Amino acid sequence: MSSTIQIIISGLGTGSIYALIAVGFNIIFKSTGALNFAQGEWVMMGGILAAFCFGNFDLPVWQACILAGLAVALVGAITERVLIHPLLNHTPFAITLVTVGISLLTKSLVMLGLGKNPVGYPGISGQGFTSFWGASITLQTLWILGITFILMILTHLFFNHTRWGCAMRAAAANPGAAALVGIRHSRVVLGSFIIAAGVGGLAGTIITPVTLMSYDSGAMLGFKSFSAAMLGGLGSLVGAMAGGITLGLLESLVSGYVTSQFKDAVAFFVLLLVLVLRPQGLLGKAEVNKV
Amino acid sequence: MNHSTTTLPQLSGPSVSRQLMCLGSLLVLLLFWPWIAPNDYLISVGGTFFINLLLIASLNLLVGYTGLTSLAHAAFWGLGAYTSGMLSSMADISPWLGIVCAMISCALVSIVIGLPTLRLSGHYLAMATLGFNAIFTVILVGSVDWTGGPNGLIGIPPFQLGELDLSAPTAFFYLAWLFSALVMSSLLFLARSRTGRALQAIRSSDIAAACMGVPVLRYKVSVFALSSAIAGLAGSLYAHQNLYISPDTFSFSTSTILLVMVAIGGFGRYWGAFYGALLFTVLPELLRTFHDLELLILGAAMILVVGFMPSGLSGLPERILRRWSR
Repeated sequence: MSSTIQIIISGLGTGSIYALIAVGFNIIFKSTGALNFAQGEWVMMGGILAAFCFGNFDLPVWQACILAGLAVALVGAITERVLIHPLLNHTPFAITLVTVGISLLTKSLVMLGLGKNPVGYPGISGQGFTSFWGASITLQTLWILGITFILMILTHLFFNHTRWGCAMRAAAANPGAAALVGIRHSRVVLGSFIIAAGVGGLAGTIITPVTLMSYDSGAMLGFKSFSAAMLGGLGSLVGAMAGGITLGLLESLVSGYVTSQFKDAVAFFVLLLVLVLRPQGLLGKAEVNKV
Repeated sequence: MNHSTTTLPQLSGPSVSRQLMCLGSLLVLLLFWPWIAPNDYLISVGGTFFINLLLIASLNLLVGYTGLTSLAHAAFWGLGAYTSGMLSSMADISPWLGIVCAMISCALVSIVIGLPTLRLSGHYLAMATLGFNAIFTVILVGSVDWTGGPNGLIGIPPFQLGELDLSAPTAFFYLAWLFSALVMSSLLFLARSRTGRALQAIRSSDIAAACMGVPVLRYKVSVFALSSAIAGLAGSLYAHQNLYISPDTFSFSTSTILLVMVAIGGFGRYWGAFYGALLFTVLPELLRTFHDLELLILGAAMILVVGFMPSGLSGLPERILRRWSR
């Protein structure tokens, strides 16, 4: 019983991380139509920058995390201004390919600048455990659940109850009409990169105490979250949450009860199943046109 | 992913016979490499070039000509390598038959993946292939008894012609030359045939192509299977050249890098594959001492080419000529 609870809670923890990263995927997908390959690299960057701040500036962990999240958001902004904005054509395909380049670039710059070794640091409230119905749970997992919950609510409020958020939704729904009422599409794309990078970076900073982070962990995290986004329905915020949590739970149940050897394949197997059976995702609308 | 605006379809341009002459003379020139190359190592690098040429040309057929993005090309390469390698090292099946089995298994797997996902438009194939490559790597690493796991598969026998061991650098060079000459000249004809025009029509707009009577799904699945089968051929050659294969080679990141190479060479450009393959072969050799810089250079090159030079390296001579003649 206690081991089941432990497995479920750790699944919820990783699931929340997938959900946060999937939100980033969705925001950029909505605003540009492109799949952002750099999303996972931003997560990795968040974790590694937080470790750098923690180790070199003697900051408390929570300050290091926030600083790293802001830094990654800034990286997202710079990336958009320098590399996406000046592109000759803004087709989703071209942007997707450029993000492939960006992910290679980000990965190699982090590797060259901050080293190849895996890094880690203690959780936000130390390395303590708490016991919950007989299961022992790291405090950091609780932090992850709490922070994800808060970030999700903030994202929801931003997109539904602020001027900027509504403008971004309008531009995603119909760029031409939004431009007519004075919403600049390039600003919207910039905003989406900042939010996606910031949320991704924060996700990286809170998962690093649990799993460690190295320059090459970004791709796996990114693509698992991408499966989560697909599972929930590409472009839907609630879908990202549902997909992320489902995937995290599945993965942890499979590695707990079936096989831990093939654990990493679960997310991608789910991805293939979703693509074959229900390409619009669990919560997405059927907007896929068959040819 | 529709990217009709990324590069212009090559409907005009030099005639088939002229391109065939170019290809012929290039291939004949390449035949002299074993005489020019100062040592055996560089001759074997030449053999590797032809394997890479097969890989990148087949990916270009899919991504460039037809507009379908596969992120599992390295997995098909690996599937070919492991099929052929395992059959010949464990079941004593001749590597020559291994080539056939490798190509068939790649084609079959790609049909299984392609049939459901190619019905959907958009980037669904890219996502499905991404998932397939990740699963493939996990299986390679996980099933230690069959594949040797993370340590790789050892003891793969070489190609043999009677008593002759074809894994020796010079002999393998000619073997790889022969296969890539066959494939490259077939691709040249394919691009200019009725099928090739249908593929380009699909790339520009699959709905318009369907209206013109092109059986879109059948063409998409067939070209995916063909492209994967060529990757399987490359895999089989690779396995019997190196006599050792390991899962790292066929990881997802290799698929990404192969896509980068196609982009740098030029999407949908016949000669782009040569540039891509040359870069893919030479870059790791040049950066032997600065290995960490490789990703940096590739990332930057990808952004530059896709963003600002959509016709890739193979479009460069044309652009320069056009500027000159102005």
